Amino acid sequence: MKSFTQKLVVTTALVSSIALGAISAQAEPTAEVLHYWTSGSEAKAVKALKEDFEANGGKWLDAPVAGGGGDAQAAVLRSRVLSGNPPAAVQIKGLSIQEWAEAGALGDLTKLGEEEGWDDVLPPLLQKIVKHDGKYVAVPVNIHRVDWIWANPESLAKVDGEPPRTWEEFNALADKLQAAGITPLAHGGQPWQDGTVFETVVLGMGGAEFYNKAFIEKDIATIKSDTMKKVFDQMRKMRGYVDADFSGRDWNLATSMVMRGEAAMQIMGDWAKGEFIAAGKVPGKDFLCVPTPSNGGYILNSDSFAMFNVSSEDDKAGQALLARLILGEKFQETFNLYKGSIPARMGVPTDKFDECAVKSMVDLQSASESGALVGSMAHEIAASGAIRGAILDVVTEHFNSDMTSDVAVERLAEAIELAE
Amino acid sequence: MMSLMTQKTIPAKQPLSDWFRRNVAKLVVAPTFGLIIFFVYGFIAWTGYVSFTKSKMLPTYSFEGFYQYIRLWKMTPWNVAMENLLVFGSLFILIAIVLGCLLAIALDQKVRAEGVLRTVYLYPMAISFIITGTAWKWILNPGLGIQSLMQSWGWESFAFDWLINSEMAVYTLVIAAVWQSSGFVMALFLAALRGVDSEIIKAAYLDGASLSRIYLVIILPTLRPVFLSCFFILTHMAVKSFDLVVALTGGGPGYSTIMPANFMYEMTFRRNQIGLGAASAMMMLATVMAIVIPYLYSELREKKNG
Repeated sequence: MKSFTQKLVVTTALVSSIALGAISAQAEPTAEVLHYWTSGSEAKAVKALKEDFEANGGKWLDAPVAGGGGDAQAAVLRSRVLSGNPPAAVQIKGLSIQEWAEAGALGDLTKLGEEEGWDDVLPPLLQKIVKHDGKYVAVPVNIHRVDWIWANPESLAKVDGEPPRTWEEFNALADKLQAAGITPLAHGGQPWQDGTVFETVVLGMGGAEFYNKAFIEKDIATIKSDTMKKVFDQMRKMRGYVDADFSGRDWNLATSMVMRGEAAMQIMGDWAKGEFIAAGKVPGKDFLCVPTPSNGGYILNSDSFAMFNVSSEDDKAGQALLARLILGEKFQETFNLYKGSIPARMGVPTDKFDECAVKSMVDLQSASESGALVGSMAHEIAASGAIRGAILDVVTEHFNSDMTSDVAVERLAEAIELAE
Repeated sequence: MMSLMTQKTIPAKQPLSDWFRRNVAKLVVAPTFGLIIFFVYGFIAWTGYVSFTKSKMLPTYSFEGFYQYIRLWKMTPWNVAMENLLVFGSLFILIAIVLGCLLAIALDQKVRAEGVLRTVYLYPMAISFIITGTAWKWILNPGLGIQSLMQSWGWESFAFDWLINSEMAVYTLVIAAVWQSSGFVMALFLAALRGVDSEIIKAAYLDGASLSRIYLVIILPTLRPVFLSCFFILTHMAVKSFDLVVALTGGGPGYSTIMPANFMYEMTFRRNQIGLGAASAMMMLATVMAIVIPYLYSELREKKNG
C-alpha cells in the first residue's frame, strides 16, 4: 500500500511538472525580430517596442542588421528563408510584402486582425498594403507623409512670399527667391531624392487617378501622355531652382541648408522634421511644414513588420503578441513620437503630437475619404523595387542632363517595360 | 582510405611513409583546392546557371535561354556602365603605368631622401578606396574644394566642376584611382629597375649612349614582364571597381558614373532581379576572361617552347 502511495505521489509530481512545463512553454511567446532600425531615434523607437513586448511576458530576440537602408537586411532575410529558418518578424514594407507573400513565405494574421478590429482602424490603402489575398500578413508601424515642403519662414518673408498652393505659385515664388539671391530649393542629387520630388509633382499635376494609373497600372498611354510631359517640364524648372553643388548631397545636409536660411524650401518626407527638432527648432515658428501643391492629395510611406511562416507554438504566440502590441494605441503613440511619423491606426489621441504631425493626421483622414491618398513610388509602396528603380533611372537622368520631356516619357515607358 | 588499403597490399619496405613522402605536397594543398573548387568555381557555375533563368527575388531554376542577356543589353544603365568601364579602365591603366614608370625612373637617379619619397608615393596604396573616394569627393566638390579655394584666393573665373558634370564625372574616378595606384606601380618598376644588370648600362655609357636612349632602348624593354603584371593587376582593379564609385560619386550625377559592379549590386540586392544581376556578373567575368586568357595562353606556350 505504501509503495502504491509513493508511486502515486511520484506520478502526480511527474505529470504536474510536465503540465507545468507545457503551461510555461505556452506562456513564453518568442519573437526573433529582424530590422534595420539601428541608429538614433529609430533605435530608441524599436527599444520602446522591445520593452513593451518583454513587459507582456514575451522573449525578444533582437536581430538588427545595420546599413544600406535595408539592403543588407534583405540579403540576410533571403538566406534565412532559403535555408528554411526565417525570423518571426521582419521589417519589410510596401510591395516587398506582396512579393514575399506570393513566394508563400508569410504567415496569416487574419484571425487576430478580426479580433482586434484592424479593418476599422486602418486606412483602406494601408490595409491593401499589409494584406495579401484578403489575409493580413503584416502589421504597419507608422505612416510617413512624403509630399511635404519644409520652408524657412524668414527666407519667405524676405520676398513677401506665401507657401505655394499650386505649382504656378511655387514657380513664381521660386523666381522671386532666386532674384533675391536665395536658393529656392534645397535638394540632394541622389536618385531617390529626385524620385521623391518627381512623385510629388506627378500627384500635383496629374491627381491621384493619374498617379495610380502611371505607377501602379503602368499604363503606357498615361506614361506617354501630355500631362506626364508637363511633369517633366516642371522637373526641368525645378532643376533651375537648386544650387550648383547639389550632386550627391545627402538629404539631411539639404535640410540644414533650409535651417540656416541658405535655401528657402526642401521637398522631403517628414523624417526631415526630426532634423529640425534635433536642432531645437520649433514647428510653425522656425520652420513651416506645408503639403506640396496637390489639391488635398497625400503620398503615404509606411514601415511595417511582416510575419513569416514559423512552426513552433512559442514563435506563433510571439508573433500574435507582437502584432497586437504594434497596432495598440500605446505603442503607436510612443513609437511615432520618437520617429517623427504619425500612427498607422486612426483615432490615436493627437494631444502629444506637434503641429505638423497633427496636420498630417487630419489630411490623411480627408485624403483617405476623398480618394486622394496614394502610396509612395519612390519609397517602394506603390511600385516594386524593379519598377521603382527603372523610373528613378529615367527621372534622375532627365534631371541631370538636358533631355527633353518628349524623350523622357518615351524612355520612361521603355524602362518600365524592360523592368517587368 | 581506399588508396591507403591498396598501398598496403603492395609489398614494399616502407609503403605508407613512401606514399606519404611522394604525396605530401598534394595533401597539403588538397583542402584549399577543394574549398576553391566549391566556393569559387562552384559559385561561378551557379551564377552562370542563374543567369539563364528568370530569377527575381528568390532564385528559380527553370531554363529560359538568353532572356536576361537580351534584356541586359537593352538597358541604358548597363550600356552606360560598360562605356564607363572602357573609358575609366583604359585611361586609368594607361596613366597609372606611365606615371608609375616615370616616378620610378626619377627615383632611380640616386636622388636624396629617396626612402622618404618612395614612402610618400606608396602610401596612398595603404588607404582603402572608400577613404580615397571620400577625400577626393571633398577636394573636387566645387563648393568645398579646389574651385572654392581658387575663387577665394581671387581667381573668380576659375571653374573645376567635373564632379557634378555628367559628361566629365567619370574622369574624376580616373584621377582618384590613378592617385591611389600609381605609387604601387612605381614600386614594382623601381624593384625591377634595381634588378637591371649595371654592367650593361655601364657598357652603353662607354659607347656614348645618352641617358634617355639607354632607358628607351635598353632598360625599358627588359622590364616587359613588369609592364605585363602591372597591366593585369590594374585591369582587374578596374573591372572590380565598386567602392570608389560609391564613395566618390555615388554613381551620379544621375547614373552617369556607374560601373558594371555597381549595376550588378543594384539589380541583385536592391531591385530583386537576381537573374539580371547574374547575367551582368557573367558579362564582367567574360570581360576579365577576354584579357586574361590570351595572356595565360601566351605565357604557357612560352614556357613549353623554353
